Amino acid sequence: MALLRSLLFALLLQPPTPPGEFVPVNELPSADQLPAAPLLVAAYAFVWIAAMFYLWTIWRRLNKVETEMRALEARRGSAR
Amino acid sequence: MKKAFGPLLVIVAIMFACAPVLIARAPYESTMGLVQKIFYFHVPSWFAMFTAIAVCGGASLVFLFTNRPAADRLAAAAAEVAVLFGLMGLVTGPLWGRKAWGVWWVWDAKLTIALLLELTFIAYLLVRKYGGPGSDKLAAAVGIFGLAVTPFVYEAVNIWRTIHPKTTVVPKLPATMGVPFWFCVAAYMALLALLLTMRVELAKREATLDALYLAEED
Repeated sequence: MALLRSLLFALLLQPPTPPGEFVPVNELPSADQLPAAPLLVAAYAFVWIAAMFYLWTIWRRLNKVETEMRALEARRGSAR
Repeated sequence: MKKAFGPLLVIVAIMFACAPVLIARAPYESTMGLVQKIFYFHVPSWFAMFTAIAVCGGASLVFLFTNRPAADRLAAAAAEVAVLFGLMGLVTGPLWGRKAWGVWWVWDAKLTIALLLELTFIAYLLVRKYGGPGSDKLAAAVGIFGLAVTPFVYEAVNIWRTIHPKTTVVPKLPATMGVPFWFCVAAYMALLALLLTMRVELAKREATLDALYLAEED
């Protein structure tokens, strides 16, 4: 009886049989397929965001330099 | 140079707004489908990076031999822009690879050498920022080294065995794919011109400010 029980237990613990042959990506069940649209949108959005962010950093640095120059010239003007 | 900002900005905005329409109308590639459309802004970002590197390397050479500050400013601006376009290529590539190859990243020759090129120009910027006196000359040498490495990045797919598509893809594009692709290349080049113009202007004003501070100290 114990032998029968352990045999049954061993049978239940068996891993599922792996697929025997190559399955093309487009024949996979839809749940296993990776959608392309979010990757495409993410790539395009990243390019836009990176370009905008860099433009903004240059703009900010230009304004900072302008402010410093104005302050410096005002200081020199008052010193004269 | 400042006058060019507005028209260039408008041109870049119009081109980047039109690009998705052209890309959407382009036919699907037979094996990869929709995700292959990342190609239209992944490859141009590398083209823009290589152009920025050529500018940086050329200006670095001029600076090393003539000591002209304008060449140094152009090299520094081009290096910063090269890092930006490299980052675009390094982010859009894995997004494409995840679907096409099933993995985000593979340590094969093409991808690894492209990453090293990006790191070279990050090193250039770090040398300039934290290198202290004489770092401009050292950075110029790094810029020239980066320029020397660039042909290997482009030719890596033809020299080593990699899973990355070969350089023969672009010349063989049919017109329906070629037109949107070259339009995107033009858009990236316009963006490169805009960013470079603005960054050079910034460097010029920073140099003027430094001169003003030095004059005040004297």
